[in-house]
Amino acid sequence: MLEYSVRRLALGVLTVLAVTLVLFSVMQLMPGDPIRLLADPGRVPPHRIEELQRQWGLDRPVAVQYLYWLGNLARGNFGHSIISGQSVSVLIASRLPFTLVLALTSLLLHYLLAVPLGLLAAVRSGSRLDRAIVVITTALRTIPGFWLAILLMLLFAIRLRWFPISGYQGLSSLVLPVATLTLPMLGGTVRLTRAEVLETIGERFVLTAYAKGLGHRAVRLRHVLRNALIPVTVMFFLSLPWVVGGSVIIENIFAWPGMGRLLWGSITNQDLPVVQGIIMVIAILTVVCNTIGDVISGLLDPRVRIELEEGR
Amino acid sequence: MKLELAQREVNGSRNARSWRTILLGNGQLMAGVFIFALVMAVALFADGLALRPYDAMDLGNRLQPPGTGGPLGTDQFGRDLFSRVVYGSRIALRVGLIVVTIETVLGVTMGLFAGYYGGWVDRVIASVTDVTWALPPIVLALAIVTALGPSLNNVIIAIALVSWAGYARLIRTKTQGLKNMPFVEAARALGESDLSIMFRYILPNTFGLVIVLATLSLPGAILSTTALSFLGLGSQPPAPDWGVILNEGIRHLYDAPWISVFPGLAIVCTALGFNLLGEGLRDVLDPRMKV
Repeated sequence: MLEYSVRRLALGVLTVLAVTLVLFSVMQLMPGDPIRLLADPGRVPPHRIEELQRQWGLDRPVAVQYLYWLGNLARGNFGHSIISGQSVSVLIASRLPFTLVLALTSLLLHYLLAVPLGLLAAVRSGSRLDRAIVVITTALRTIPGFWLAILLMLLFAIRLRWFPISGYQGLSSLVLPVATLTLPMLGGTVRLTRAEVLETIGERFVLTAYAKGLGHRAVRLRHVLRNALIPVTVMFFLSLPWVVGGSVIIENIFAWPGMGRLLWGSITNQDLPVVQGIIMVIAILTVVCNTIGDVISGLLDPRVRIELEEGR
Repeated sequence: MKLELAQREVNGSRNARSWRTILLGNGQLMAGVFIFALVMAVALFADGLALRPYDAMDLGNRLQPPGTGGPLGTDQFGRDLFSRVVYGSRIALRVGLIVVTIETVLGVTMGLFAGYYGGWVDRVIASVTDVTWALPPIVLALAIVTALGPSLNNVIIAIALVSWAGYARLIRTKTQGLKNMPFVEAARALGESDLSIMFRYILPNTFGLVIVLATLSLPGAILSTTALSFLGLGSQPPAPDWGVILNEGIRHLYDAPWISVFPGLAIVCTALGFNLLGEGLRDVLDPRMKV
């Protein structure tokens, strides 16, 4: 298991490295020239432009720029914003908490709703309740997040005036963005929980539990749900980056002061260092979460662990 | 192996005979076919359905509610919202089909090569997909669109580039299962080349999977491209792209909420139709298919 974890970790580091390379190449292809944004060539003398290029290291060969950038990255130095001159790490650090609060609250809330619903659907499988739960949560999934956001704004912010329409004014501002991120996610988890519970109910150890004289409640909670939740737990880590990705759009609609909004502003301003920094943070988050997800599935499920140890 | 093949043959002939009963008996599939036909009809006959050209302004009739200002009301330039949503179906379907075609061709080819050759080819393709998956698709798409510049074509490229990996993985698994089948060995014994085996023997056997995958990924393609258009990165005004209309509507939430409601309904209808169609097709073609 330890060997597997180490190997998985090394793979993660390699993936992050590959991402830096891809990201750097993609950004090199950008049509915009940041120096042009800083200094209009018509009005700024050429020697001053050259000076600026030297100052930002933009006159060096591309490979050198990449290694230099990578070295700084490793030291947590993401450079400075071309627009505001602020340090990118400081900028991101000031916005990241807002994004994480939004993403984690949505993810936790979605589990609190989806797992009981999935269990209920499985226990009453085939009934009308089961079908209603599955159909409604699946239908929610086809609603595009940005439209759901608009609908929630119309209903709860404009008509009912229960919550602020946008911006950040304390906890009540969190409600609508969290609802927007939570609702479409329910379908997948309800289905996963339902399928896992149904599969587990058929296992022989469940029959054994009943044979021991345990009641429905004890069997369902202690034996069925506990086993069925393994893939659901792993999904937590696998979906965190997706929620962060999804919040990029949602944050912009609700003017939520998180990283997604910063990313958006930086893209429109062609503020390369900030864009690169944010994408790197999301990539690292994704790789870390995927690695944790893989390792945890081995820790929680002895069957996966045995398979891994025998397979390698 | 033989038994399995025989079983497949039996299933195949049963399917062929009761094809009609299966189709009609599958409510999901029928609903999907119905919505799909409806959206296609709207897109095909948009010129006849629309009341006015999608960009015809009428500044005297700005922000009129549904009813007085045409069936779905008018927008901030007095354009007829119904006509805009109707024409929008053309953009959505065209964009969806192009994205799905690109990602299918790319994903299936990669999957075939990875599954058939294995070894280093497989490892190279696997690491490319790993890198693709190291970022949430929407973030990667944003990065690509930023690099290429905002336009609908670049959005199409970006969304196709971030979503082919799923196909590749499924086709790879399927190919690994097929490449040791007797009919492939027979083809090899007859001296068929690797390319011919991949594309003429293995590929046709993945068609069911490919059709289901393509149908199921169409809603996602439409959703992602409209999302980017909504953010101002894809279609540009005055194109009647559903995302563009929603983007314009968000500025009139207080005085003209209808602009923000109907294009979204159109997106949901289309997405739902293709989801039902895809899941129905999967159940008919092979209920055990894992997609």
